[in-house]
Amino acid sequence: MHELPVTERILDVVKAHAERNNVQKIVSINLRVGELSDLEDEWIQNYFDYLSKDTVAAGAKLKIERVPVVMECDDCSNSFQINIKEMKEIQCPECDSKKCTLISGKEYYIKDMEVL
Amino acid sequence: MDEVRLIEIKEDIMSDNKIHADDLRILLKEKKTFMMNLMSSPGAGKTSFIIKTIENLRNDIKIGVMEADIDSKVDAEKIAALGIEAIQLRTGGFCHLDSNMVAKGLSAMDVDGLDLIIIENVGNLVCPAEFDTGAIKNVMILSVPEGDDKPLKYPLMFTVCDVLILHKTDYLEMSDFNVQLARERTLTLNPNIQIFEVSSKTGTGHKEWAAWLKNEVKSFIGS
Repeated sequence: MHELPVTERILDVVKAHAERNNVQKIVSINLRVGELSDLEDEWIQNYFDYLSKDTVAAGAKLKIERVPVVMECDDCSNSFQINIKEMKEIQCPECDSKKCTLISGKEYYIKDMEVL
Repeated sequence: MDEVRLIEIKEDIMSDNKIHADDLRILLKEKKTFMMNLMSSPGAGKTSFIIKTIENLRNDIKIGVMEADIDSKVDAEKIAALGIEAIQLRTGGFCHLDSNMVAKGLSAMDVDGLDLIIIENVGNLVCPAEFDTGAIKNVMILSVPEGDDKPLKYPLMFTVCDVLILHKTDYLEMSDFNVQLARERTLTLNPNIQIFEVSSKTGTGHKEWAAWLKNEVKSFIGS
């Protein structure tokens, strides 16, 4: 739902890096987005195409890798992946504890970009 | 022909917002002002809940309210009618508040003279969950008419909040909302969350909630 502000942020960051590295054109951008985020890949790309017109990032392809939701058990420190769509109950598969902390799945990480 | 090069970036998009939010928390600590961010879907009763909270606490602590809406000022007008400092932030189409917008709001308020600032975030269970506002505590409302399945549909919101208000409990009789199930689903996502069952219509549960909030405010501002 908030693809627009997120996309603006992505564009600002890659433009700053492009300037520092003397880039002529950004070809693609690799992102890692947590599965808990509800961003739609297609919409991010659409907003990006619109916002990046006439910039060094015009036409760049966003490659989005989803980061799974990983929890860590507070009792036995075991970490385990959960499927957010089927998340009825979170329970440590090792010790059955229900006290678990989210350790990944919320990120919006710009990994790298391919440039000319 | 130019070669394609790979440039490492390694930046989290939310990091700017998070850094700014952390700065705001430092400022609030200096000013001895507690800030709470209230989130819910539209129509869950945020404004009625705030009004009742103000009525219960206004003799003990000085309260200000920051209202955020896409485009209106009806909520701020309701709060201001109580004689409480209220400002309205128009987000202009944005579905949430971020720490920059909150900083702008704070600059228009008498922060020094306030013990508690309540942010009424944009009504939405999705986007506000992802943006740290700089608040000391995040509070969310889930109202009975919305259904007990919301923790399954909007898990992130339930994981980022310190308090869940199960609101409009006066509707329970007419509803198949299962309080026990809603509690279990929420605690599964966030075992540390505090849950209050509240009706702003009858006042049920407001005393317990007000006592909790007052205690949090007092321990934060140090008196």
